[in-house]
Amino acid sequence: MQRYILRRSAQGLLAIVVISMVVFALARVTGDPTQVLLPDEASEEQILATQIEWGLDKPLHIQYWIYIKRLTRGDMGNSFKWYGVPATQLIKERLPATIQLSLFALLISAAIAFPVGVMVAVKKDSGFDYAGKMFAILGQSAPSFALGLILMWVFAVQLDWFPTSGKGGLNHMILPGVALGYYNVAALMRLTRSSMLEVLDTEYVKLARIKGVSERRVIWKHCFRNALIVPLTYFGLIGAVLITGSVVTETVFAWPGLGALVIEAILARDFTVVQAVVLLFAFAFILINILVDILYAYIDPRIRYA
Amino acid sequence: MALVALPKRGLMDSLPGGPAVQQGLTWARRYPLLPGFVLLFVLIIPAIFANQIAPHDYRIGDLDLVKQPPAWIGDKIAEQTVVQTVDRRVARRGEITVKSATRRIDKGTATFLQGGGDGTVDVGDKLRVVIRKGGSWTYPLGTDKQGRDILSRIIHGSRVSLTVSVLAIALGGGMGVILGLVAAYKGGIVDTVIMRLVDIKLAFPSILLALVLVAAWKPGLMTVIIVIAVLLWARYARVVRGEALAIRNRDFIGRAQVAGASNFRIMARHIFPNLVNTAVVLATLEVGHVIILESTLSFLGAGIPRPTPAWGVMVADGRELIVAAWWIFFFPCVAIVLTVLSMNLLGDWLRDKLDPKLRNV
Repeated sequence: MQRYILRRSAQGLLAIVVISMVVFALARVTGDPTQVLLPDEASEEQILATQIEWGLDKPLHIQYWIYIKRLTRGDMGNSFKWYGVPATQLIKERLPATIQLSLFALLISAAIAFPVGVMVAVKKDSGFDYAGKMFAILGQSAPSFALGLILMWVFAVQLDWFPTSGKGGLNHMILPGVALGYYNVAALMRLTRSSMLEVLDTEYVKLARIKGVSERRVIWKHCFRNALIVPLTYFGLIGAVLITGSVVTETVFAWPGLGALVIEAILARDFTVVQAVVLLFAFAFILINILVDILYAYIDPRIRYA
Repeated sequence: MALVALPKRGLMDSLPGGPAVQQGLTWARRYPLLPGFVLLFVLIIPAIFANQIAPHDYRIGDLDLVKQPPAWIGDKIAEQTVVQTVDRRVARRGEITVKSATRRIDKGTATFLQGGGDGTVDVGDKLRVVIRKGGSWTYPLGTDKQGRDILSRIIHGSRVSLTVSVLAIALGGGMGVILGLVAAYKGGIVDTVIMRLVDIKLAFPSILLALVLVAAWKPGLMTVIIVIAVLLWARYARVVRGEALAIRNRDFIGRAQVAGASNFRIMARHIFPNLVNTAVVLATLEVGHVIILESTLSFLGAGIPRPTPAWGVMVADGRELIVAAWWIFFFPCVAIVLTVLSMNLLGDWLRDKLDPKLRNV
């Protein structure tokens, strides 16, 4: 197990190094950042001075080396767009909003997906089951921006139950939370259903029923806890979906988080901020996946990693 | 889960109807008819015959008819109180301003509910005002803020979706199949390097990578296709490698080697034909994913550039008008969801038919 964790961590680290190189290289080949920093009529000397100021006159591999050296000190460079503001500060300002929204979305998806998934499995092949299936298929067919806008239109514009966008109290969080969580609900529900069906068919469940254990206890105590393992492994993917989704959902709902930040930065060609956020996202993504794999082995002792 | 949620037995069988109806139901259960039809009519036919089908020009709109609602929506009428009458300036003579509306209306276009008995409009009178004109069948799904026909734009937009998905999957899938084949056949260091790359690629959230890549090049159709292909190859490589490994150890490969066939020939003529089903199923399953990616990129402003009517761009245009003109964002959304939904259903069906092993991919 220890060896496995070590190996996974090494792989993750390698992935992050490669990603940082790719993003760094991409950011430089897109054209000169001085075009963003300076007006069109800037003179040669001004351009040169700016290049020296930002270290853009050095060869690419030296720039990368400087970047890595600074990174180890926790310095991710200064933003081009928000002139001179450190990228780390921008991230610090935006990170809490993203975490808040992601956790809320996670809570919503778990709170809907588990109970509904169990119910759907217990009442297999009923109308309820088919409705659940349709719901799940639909969830995987709607891009999150479409879903977000439709939710916004129905519940904010037509019914006026929630505000359309921006950050505020719980009210502001519900629509983006649902939009962000919906995809997970669909996938988690399907997984819960299929693993519940498997467990419902086992000998020990039959035995519990023969013993006269109440149906409710059979479902929630005997089945649900065992059926939970498969959906839990899916939480690694959920991390990915939330990160990816936050980019879109935050843009749709004008939620001031990291996702919206990275879009603004990309459209403004603000490479330092893009690099910083992308690296952070990649790190979070890989970390979540490793943690989930470890958790998986911990929950189910039958799983052993070679 | 191959078909739409058509109940297997029971519900449908109790329906009235002769043998023809029963036969139809059997077909509906066995073949993905509905998703097939939807795809044909939302994606494929419009994409091919866009110029013939589209009732209007998708680039130039009628600026007199901006934000016209869909045909079935009638005039929107509201009761409003007059807050100001304008009679001073000649240009504005005969116009009145009503409560909760910034625009002015002509005297003749409103009917009085209260007051106005003396033939003149006074402050405080209640009026019945047409706030928004209804739609007409000239523009079945309404017009956008430049007066362009939304239906025509959706029809032309299907061309973008179809082109991107076909080319991106051909490119990415081809790349993935080749790399997977080579990895499985060569083994050793080649295999390790390719599979490490796959791991790294899969460890990275796709939309972010796509955004960075698109921002790095110039946004455009070719860029989007290449970027999506870059996102797709890894999954193909992994699946194909797995399948190819099993085939590689079969007897006939060894015999082909003994007979002196070249490596290329073995991969292309002996291993690949056994993988075609898998590749086709994966390709169908990926179309929905590709359409979602493309429309998301376009929506975020990092995909297909503006004059082209990509569905994602249309949704982005409608977003700011969500309160005033919902149809601008709504119908492109419907087009996307319908297409992706049917493609997913079709892909599920094809997988069950051709390659049930792929269930968990």
